[in-house]
Amino acid sequence: MMMQTSATTGLASNATAAQQAVPVSPLAPRRRQGHLVVQGVSKRFAQRDSAPAEVLRDCSFEVEPGRLTVLMGPSGCGKSTLAYLLAGYLAPDAGSLTIDGMPITQAGPDRMLVFQETALWPWMSIVENVMFGPLARGDMSRAQARQAAEALLQKFGLVGFGDRYPSQLSGGMKRRAELAQALINSPKVMILDEPFRGLDVMTRELMQEYYVQLFEETQLTTLFITTELEEAIFLADRIVFMGTAPGRIVRGLEVDLPHPRTIGSMTSERYLEIKKDAMATLIEYGAVSTD
Amino acid sequence: MNDVLHQGALSIRQAGKIYDPAGAAVVALEDCSAEIRAGEFVAIVGPSGCGKSTLLNAIAGFDRLTSGEILLDGVTLASPGTEPRPGPQRVVVFQHGALFPWMTVLENVIYGPTRQRVLGADAARAKALDMLRRCGGLDTAGQRYPGQLSSGMQRRVEIVRALMNEPKVLLLDEPFRAMDTVSKSAMHRHLLDIHALYPKTVLFITHDLEEALFLADTVYVMTTRPGRMKTMLRVNLARPRTLDMLVSHEYLELKRQVVAGVHEEAQKAFERGERELA
Amino acid sequence: MTPLQTRKLWRMGAGYLIAFTLWYLSVKWLPLAAFARLPDPVTVLKEWFAPEPAYGISIFTGAYYKHIIASTLRAFAAFILAVALGVPAGILMGWSSTFHDYAAALIGLLRPIPPLAWVPLAILLLPAAEVAVVYVTFLVAFFATTLNTLVGVKAIDPDYLRAARCLGANRRDLLRDIIVPGALPQIFTGLQIAMGAAWFSLAAGEMIAAQYGLGFLIMDAYNLIQYPTIVIAMVTLGILGFLSSAGIRLLGDRLMRWRSGAMGLHR
Ligand SMILES: Nc1ncnc2c1ncn2[C@@H]1O[C@H](COP(=O)(O)OP(=O)(O)OP(=O)(O)O)[C@@H](O)[C@H]1O
Ligand SMILES: [Mg+2]
Repeated sequence: MMMQTSATTGLASNATAAQQAVPVSPLAPRRRQGHLVVQGVSKRFAQRDSAPAEVLRDCSFEVEPGRLTVLMGPSGCGKSTLAYLLAGYLAPDAGSLTIDGMPITQAGPDRMLVFQETALWPWMSIVENVMFGPLARGDMSRAQARQAAEALLQKFGLVGFGDRYPSQLSGGMKRRAELAQALINSPKVMILDEPFRGLDVMTRELMQEYYVQLFEETQLTTLFITTELEEAIFLADRIVFMGTAPGRIVRGLEVDLPHPRTIGSMTSERYLEIKKDAMATLIEYGAVSTD
Repeated sequence: MNDVLHQGALSIRQAGKIYDPAGAAVVALEDCSAEIRAGEFVAIVGPSGCGKSTLLNAIAGFDRLTSGEILLDGVTLASPGTEPRPGPQRVVVFQHGALFPWMTVLENVIYGPTRQRVLGADAARAKALDMLRRCGGLDTAGQRYPGQLSSGMQRRVEIVRALMNEPKVLLLDEPFRAMDTVSKSAMHRHLLDIHALYPKTVLFITHDLEEALFLADTVYVMTTRPGRMKTMLRVNLARPRTLDMLVSHEYLELKRQVVAGVHEEAQKAFERGERELA
Repeated sequence: MTPLQTRKLWRMGAGYLIAFTLWYLSVKWLPLAAFARLPDPVTVLKEWFAPEPAYGISIFTGAYYKHIIASTLRAFAAFILAVALGVPAGILMGWSSTFHDYAAALIGLLRPIPPLAWVPLAILLLPAAEVAVVYVTFLVAFFATTLNTLVGVKAIDPDYLRAARCLGANRRDLLRDIIVPGALPQIFTGLQIAMGAAWFSLAAGEMIAAQYGLGFLIMDAYNLIQYPTIVIAMVTLGILGFLSSAGIRLLGDRLMRWRSGAMGLHR
């Protein structure tokens, strides 16, 4: 992958300079920002005809600025609920969530959430999809947004696909367009909720490489949610493990594999040790079947 | 017993398949060869569109080869001149599952032997319940409809339905692709147990190298289209396979030998896919 | 009954009440000439349940049932014919592309012709008016059945067919074990549409070419200025149509118990 063109960098930062104290281009390396702190968070959901379901119990963890944190746990353990809380779509019953020390009270473009389901609007072309955020907020003029979007599409290998509709793209390309759609907002932190789920394993691995390269270039603070151990180790600087029923944080694990990560990272001795360690945790908390 | 074990040897000899729907010839398989021994568990790993399903369809008798041939125990199964005919010697388990939703589990499982008239309804039912029970206590679900089972159970029932025909070869086309990690690891356990119980030749198609190494005796890596065998790797991990093997040095060593090749093909296929869309 | 169902029933009742009130008010209070000649709901109900009806039709008169039976027999004759021919035709079209090629374009052209447009030709060609009315009724029901069956057959996952062939099914087995049950949900959708269509084209046909039946009764009452009878016949048609559709749905649910899976199919 190539670095972004300097023209884009200039443009994008001009556009956002008026809005933000710290000018950031979507692809510029980040200052250390986007520090998420989750402290003692609990959440129940009311149910129609039974007692409220306890989804999260006393969860505490951090997403450190400039690092890639992976949140891992079995399906249904409350990972997505945590993502919603961090994005500001939900409020906790107890505990606090902050970004750079400020309480999270509502959704905002400083935290971009990318879901497992495609978030592209099928009736808009790819470039229109990507331009949507800044235009909706009035952060950029149409021409500026278009230029910023096209720079991102180039970055993600989607040159020539801007005028296509989402249905005309492959699964992997759609996922990359979604990343562009989120990144154009120059978020302080990316929250990715199983973004590559549903892709076949090989395409998925290529997407992981894309993301890790992007991360290595931008140091964009990231919370990446997944159920796949291989994916977690390949991407993570730190893995936070969740247990289920109710969802709770069971362990943090530093992944000190060197950057840049490549497929070679996945066959090193250190990798094996980390995987052994992680696997033991998964078995202990019932996330892998052993019967 | 030995007799059964010595059945189900597949020779794939320079198999080729050209799809020619509207003059735009697509070479899906070319010069694809493999010798698969009776009772061997073979995994075929290859990127999307490389011709894995095409190969499997030829073996199953759903489609014709355009060159080469495939033999089962020395008898030609597929060649340009052989009329494709599916049958109970080689049964397919499909990626999205193909249990008949309008039949109960038991009706599904006895479908093969009763339609072929090799067993009467009562004998078939007795055999079905026995097999369902051995394959992880599925007999209690006999009267349920597939729609009432989890996808993992559905897939296991489908494997039992296939085994009821005493096939020589079991063909599995990415049966666990849509599953999450936990269900998938449970399915691996079940499939390994079932294979130990009923040691048929298995052809298991997947995108997932980890899965292939964990399950198979032999892993073939296919090239991107036109598909042919790029590498063959004997997996000399002991059986029964256990989870700690996934973090063993032997396993890592095996992975080292093929991971780069798999990655290269994946990348090629991916780039071509995008070029073709453009 | 759960509170949710009770609430639903209440709302249904309220819906009827509102409609009746509006009807009553528009006849009794609106200064519009057009509504003046309309019978109000109370008059209609009184007439409907009167032992000695002013215009000769109520639940206590034999004539009422004669009309009902005549219409019902015609509707069911047409419907059964439509099913007997439409389901096989749809399956054949889905099964054999040759047959599909023959039939699809033809049906595409014939289907949009409104049933009433067929009446003159039907009377000319067919031996009796009775047959003509049934034929017109049949036609709409037939198209609905055929096309829905065709869609149902086409929508069957080819993996089901492949799996069955692996398991040793011959062509006849495929038809009986896969095609028919696989298309059944869509066939039943077609049958419900066909039943509805049968009733509305039946009433239209009877208005023009029959001596008995609810459609005839409506036209007859109109000519004789017996307005409450018109409304009685209309409501009766509504009830019969609703009951027969409900019957088909019930039968479908019985035949397709596999669809009521707790988890639903995974695909
Ligand atoms: N009926 C067909 N007509 C034309 N081309 C076809 C047909 N079936 C498959 N192909 C092409 O042949 C190639 C091989 O297809 P095949 O389905 O065997 O791949 P695969 O390895 O099973 O892929 P996947 O991993 O996505 O299942 C693909 O490029 C596909 O587009
Ligand atoms: Mg395939």
